[in-house]
Amino acid sequence: MNSPVSKPEPDITFFEEHKKVYPKKVSGTFRQIKWAILVLTLGVYYLLPFVRWNRGPNAPDQAVLVDMHHTRLYFFNIEIWPQEVYYLTGLLIAAALLLFMMNAIAGRLWCGYLCPQTVWTDLFMSVERFFEGDRRDRLALDNGKMTVSKFFKKLGKHFTWLMIAWWTGGAWVLYFNDAPTTVYELATFTAHWEIWMWIGILTASTYLFAGIAREQICIYMCPWPRIQAAFTDDEALNVTYRWDRGEPRGSVKTNKALLAEGKPAGDCIDCNQCYEVCPTGVDIRKGLQLDCIMCGLCIDACDSVMHKVGKPHGLIAYDTDLNIERRLKGEPEQYHPIRIRTVAYAIFIAAIMGGMAYSLMHRETFGLNVLHDRNPLYVKLSTGGIRNAYTVRLLNKERETKRFAIGIEGIEGITLKVIDIDNYKDGKAVVEVEPDRTREIRVLAFTPKGTKVGVSNPVTLTLTDLDTGIVSKTSDYFKGPRP
Amino acid sequence: MADDHKGRVDELSGVETTGHSWDGLEELNNPMPSWWLYTFYASIVFAIGYMVLYPSWPVGGEKDHLKGTLAWNARDAVNKAVKDAAAAKDPMVKKLMATDISAVRNDKALARFAGRSGKAAFGDNCAPCHGSGATGSKGYPGLVDDDWLWGGTLEQIQHTIKVGIRSEHDETRNNSMAAYGDDELLDKTKILNVASYVLSLSGHGKEVGGDIAAGEAVFKETCVSCHGPEGKGMQKQGAPNLSDDIWLFGGKPADVIATITHGRKGLMPTWEGRLDEATIKALAIYVHNRGGGQ
Ligand code: SF4
Ligand code: SF4
Repeated sequence: MNSPVSKPEPDITFFEEHKKVYPKKVSGTFRQIKWAILVLTLGVYYLLPFVRWNRGPNAPDQAVLVDMHHTRLYFFNIEIWPQEVYYLTGLLIAAALLLFMMNAIAGRLWCGYLCPQTVWTDLFMSVERFFEGDRRDRLALDNGKMTVSKFFKKLGKHFTWLMIAWWTGGAWVLYFNDAPTTVYELATFTAHWEIWMWIGILTASTYLFAGIAREQICIYMCPWPRIQAAFTDDEALNVTYRWDRGEPRGSVKTNKALLAEGKPAGDCIDCNQCYEVCPTGVDIRKGLQLDCIMCGLCIDACDSVMHKVGKPHGLIAYDTDLNIERRLKGEPEQYHPIRIRTVAYAIFIAAIMGGMAYSLMHRETFGLNVLHDRNPLYVKLSTGGIRNAYTVRLLNKERETKRFAIGIEGIEGITLKVIDIDNYKDGKAVVEVEPDRTREIRVLAFTPKGTKVGVSNPVTLTLTDLDTGIVSKTSDYFKGPRP
Repeated sequence: MADDHKGRVDELSGVETTGHSWDGLEELNNPMPSWWLYTFYASIVFAIGYMVLYPSWPVGGEKDHLKGTLAWNARDAVNKAVKDAAAAKDPMVKKLMATDISAVRNDKALARFAGRSGKAAFGDNCAPCHGSGATGSKGYPGLVDDDWLWGGTLEQIQHTIKVGIRSEHDETRNNSMAAYGDDELLDKTKILNVASYVLSLSGHGKEVGGDIAAGEAVFKETCVSCHGPEGKGMQKQGAPNLSDDIWLFGGKPADVIATITHGRKGLMPTWEGRLDEATIKALAIYVHNRGGGQ
């Protein structure tokens, strides 16, 4: 290579022994963003279960609640039944696309700022710092002998960690049970053993993941770093050490001397600050690597170093390898956050969310699910007619008893009968369904003798709300013998 | 063959080797992770505890084994589970016994209970003959259609299940379709003619090839007592309706001729004593609700 500046090559090893990481305290823009996100997300997580939402009588007044016992999911004014689990599917698909989009714009934004593993680890690290001091003190403490002071520092840290972990589990169960009641039950030790068990599980996992395992979760356990590699491209911004500007690195003195001799010298003063602040123990100067969660803290560290030595900021910055090449060639930098890929993601996300919002606003408060008998598919009657049978589940999502008329149409002369129902009106069976309940009925449909019935005929089952006249329809089939 | 070397430190990784070399291949001596070892030790401790508490080791002869201090065994566990299930169902079973069979439908919970337990009992006891969908097959009546030999009301179905047909029960439902050919009560021509007439009732007589009018005369003389003047059958005697399209033993000319020649004696066992009263009631309700019930 002719260029005096060369990209540093990473060392390759086959076995990685675990080295404990001692991240140093850092301040700066990205640290501030991370604090803000931490306060916001944890605040929402711990407090949301206490938000109340009036849904009228016979319904829980918790804004966000997963009611396993009654198989209902409440989210403010939205109520989801198990039959509507596709809304969750839609939400998950949109979330996945959002993740892809973030990745295409600026790499592992999720990992660096939003992932619970990152947020809780950050919180646990600040607790650690509170008890044991910064990097240097912690290194000294861990290498030193056990003393009374060390013992109490460690005790304080682990105790606080466990408290936070316990509250993490404690908040989790509140999403599945009425929050104030559960808090009262926990305080009076009358809560159900399952609640204690779940808190226990989450206490253990939080303590283990955020306190002990930390970056190892990201490096060895999490599938996302592997998957996201498939969603990145040359234009995606990544936390990048601009080696075109930084190399050859050297102490301030050495580099000054080099410059004086007219030799090239980079801006990196080899102070290792970027490495020392890194929560995953990465030296970003070795280039983009799997272990880097892109938290941006090395940017903060380097920027403050650059500030001290009077050089411009941004030796480490969100940038692309393409721009490094461009600068080496003397071309201007280019940034393309809006490109086909990101626009396509945005369109997909908007379409899915829009579709879900539309269907949520227009969904019916009642309906019917139909299951055709499988054995037998049809029955020949002594009259010469044919009968089909369906198991029908009627849904009433309202908070009052509703009366519905169920009918069938699609074949000339088709009639219906519902087992155990004697009330018929205009050929339709009148069925009552209790509030917020489903009811299973057995529907028999008949065609008269002589009606031509093929192997499979489309029919429509209609359910009419007798108070409002609104009709909900479901299509199914009427089966007959082979001609 | 492994040459034994003394463990040495590998330059590349800085890790000691195990000292074994296979054709020059050596193994680094990286110890087990401690969490793994502790899990392993914990499982040994667990296993010892398990052996003390639970049946574990075959000692003392072929069929004997260590019982464990808890004296747990699978058969007792099953028996207990069965007993618990019966106890859990008990209130509903009692209620079902106390409720008139035609009134069960008024109590939604009871009706559901009867339907579910009837379905289970049907699968266990009735499906081998009547089919899992209760559609029946040749010689085994379908229970889903609207054609009933002995009546399709709840009470009639319940009674049939209870006493059976040509069973050992004292009050069993019984009748006889004589073997008119084998016992030489009718000759072949008359059988052909009467078969033609019978099939003509459902609009198929011509393809048999007999004299329908002559068959009618034979029918009036021989068959009306059970099957009725129009061949519509008589449920009191379990005589099938011959004028519809549903044939228990087949509706082809050869089937009908065979039926008249050799007679038919289908059999259904009595379920009294084998199934309890509540189960029979539930079965009747389940069968009735298949769609054919009257
Ligand atoms: S290298 Fe920088 S961006 Fe990556 S994890 Fe470390 S501090 Fe965060
Ligand atoms: S913090 Fe900046 S100047 Fe210091 S070693 Fe890292 S890249 Fe070089």
